[in-house]
Amino acid sequence: MSIFVDENTKVIVQGLTGGQGRFHGLRNRDYGTKVVAGVTPGKAGTDVDGIPVYDTVQEAVDKTGADASFVVVPPKAAPDAVRQAAAAGIRIVVSITEGIPMQDEVLLFNELKEKYPDTQLIGPNCPGVISPGKCNIGITAGEIAKPGGPVGIVSRSGTLTYQALYELTQAGIGQTTCVGIGGDPVPGTSFIDCLSRFQADADTKAVIMIGEIGGSAEEQAAEYIKSEMNKPVVAYIAGVTAPPGKKMGHAGAIISGTSGTAQAKIEALESAGAKVGQNPTEMAELMREVVAKL
Amino acid sequence: MDLFEYQGKQYFARFGIPVSAGGVADSVDEAVSQADKAGYPVVVKAQVQVGGRGKAGGIKLADDADQVREHASNILGMDIKGHVVRRLWIEHASDIDKEYYASFTLDRSEKKLLGMLSSQGGVEIEAVADKSPEAIARIHIDPVEGLSAEVTREWVGRANLDPKAVDGTVDILQKLYTCFVEGDADLVEINPLILTPEGKVHALDAKVTLDDNAAFRHPEWDEFRGLEQLDPRDALAKEKGLQYVGLDGTVGIIANGAGLAMSTCDVVNQVGGSPANFLDIGGGANAEVMANALEVINTDEKVQAIFINIFGGITRGDEVANGIVQALSSVDIRPPIVIRLDGTNAEEGRAILKDTESDRFISKPTMLEAARTAVELAGGAAK
Repeated sequence: MSIFVDENTKVIVQGLTGGQGRFHGLRNRDYGTKVVAGVTPGKAGTDVDGIPVYDTVQEAVDKTGADASFVVVPPKAAPDAVRQAAAAGIRIVVSITEGIPMQDEVLLFNELKEKYPDTQLIGPNCPGVISPGKCNIGITAGEIAKPGGPVGIVSRSGTLTYQALYELTQAGIGQTTCVGIGGDPVPGTSFIDCLSRFQADADTKAVIMIGEIGGSAEEQAAEYIKSEMNKPVVAYIAGVTAPPGKKMGHAGAIISGTSGTAQAKIEALESAGAKVGQNPTEMAELMREVVAKL
Repeated sequence: MDLFEYQGKQYFARFGIPVSAGGVADSVDEAVSQADKAGYPVVVKAQVQVGGRGKAGGIKLADDADQVREHASNILGMDIKGHVVRRLWIEHASDIDKEYYASFTLDRSEKKLLGMLSSQGGVEIEAVADKSPEAIARIHIDPVEGLSAEVTREWVGRANLDPKAVDGTVDILQKLYTCFVEGDADLVEINPLILTPEGKVHALDAKVTLDDNAAFRHPEWDEFRGLEQLDPRDALAKEKGLQYVGLDGTVGIIANGAGLAMSTCDVVNQVGGSPANFLDIGGGANAEVMANALEVINTDEKVQAIFINIFGGITRGDEVANGIVQALSSVDIRPPIVIRLDGTNAEEGRAILKDTESDRFISKPTMLEAARTAVELAGGAAK
């Protein structure tokens, strides 16, 4: 089993005819993902390496029965592309787009919640979601993941996600699903959205959670772990040495005032029973110990 | 982008928010002529992006031109918490009956917009929040619904303002919300928002942080740029388009990805060293980007060793290695370099680096080992 996406997920790529869309869309297909269509307004009737292109998401869904979308379009156009996917009944929308204005992002989040509660937006500004061996939507290099579980991964950071996948794979530990929720201030999918699905997924036996400074999402996740989860959680928080008031690359990674520090997040997670590694290597070590005892 | 007070007031004025009459001055003579225009008494205010200006002597009242001259010459060039004053804002002094606080920002945990209004203005709002949280009337706004006049009035009603201030405050809050949303700000704050003895409400200060991601639809923001006071390292990095934050240590850091770059700073710290910077070169890591990154770090005289930490995902290790070798041949780097290359095609990458390796260019297989070596090269004792 896996969460969000599996071998039956049919994916369209919004922006397939662009450079990035083509590159990542075809990589996802090469991985084994069922990429069934592309959507680019004005390009209906053409194809990208055999994948048919439609003008609208609705048309692509009607023709192919797609239930997931990979949005690879610039920040200006991304919110409307996501809306279009939601309106067409797409269940999982992955947006890797970096640089969407905050006001657009918070408006989109609330609109989806109210009008399209069945659509799960993953991202924006995230590496995507991969259920190893089944489906890869986004920019994760599929070859560093290992199918079969038993570990689920949820992460706010891109490269640290890859690092975690790689270290587990090197240690012979597989993954059920790895979700990059992205580093933006208003992510469509939260840690808790993923933790609750991992908790419910029979094949996921333990979870890695990677957070970073800024906001209170890690603290909220800690509350959830404490009250709702009985599967072991191993965590890592980046940014212990980050100075307050400076954005560390991600729009969301900023310590404002006294809130959002790495220390506060680590303490919250530890008091919720999670094991917290001091660095990515130690996190993988801790997970090795956890898996050995399963 | 953080605006200076005078820029914030100019931005407010575009949305119809009442501010005091005034103008900017970069010299003592300009200050006097702005004061003559604004009408005495005036307030001479240092334009720096740091709190506590008043306490530091950066805000002074002046009754006549002589006093303006005196204060302006004292304040220009003054160092306020590391920020040197290069510009003044001169405005007509307002009579103040009451001081309030108003702001809009994003509440990330609620995923809604947050408005805050308090009858206790003029002081740090954090202090009010600590001591008497009940003195702040909060409102969560669903951006789909927006903020209606009716809801605003109900919100203002909860803040226990002087009845004379209610109508003016409702009006300003509505305009401030428009400024926040349509003006694409991450934060808009008025502290203090004042009530004058004549019963007028207006903004005596302006704190605005614009969302850089929205710059594409605000060509008018260009006039705000180029005035920030950047550390020279930050300025060079900005020019090169790199995600760079200067820190105080001796180990220069280059990594691909914000999370990995932060994590690299942490690991250097854990093994007993101190990071000189955060630098994220993004996913690409080609020769040009790497050369730019090395160039920026090379200008930092405190740096005694450089730690390059690359995890290959989509970007393959051999491409990264070729990029580094090319970069090293184009930039003359002073400190020794330690590199850790891992992930996709890492072995091929390490093989490429092998020919370049020396006691000044060392490759290590793991993040921890590389961090320890870098810290030792920087003259520290690695843990």
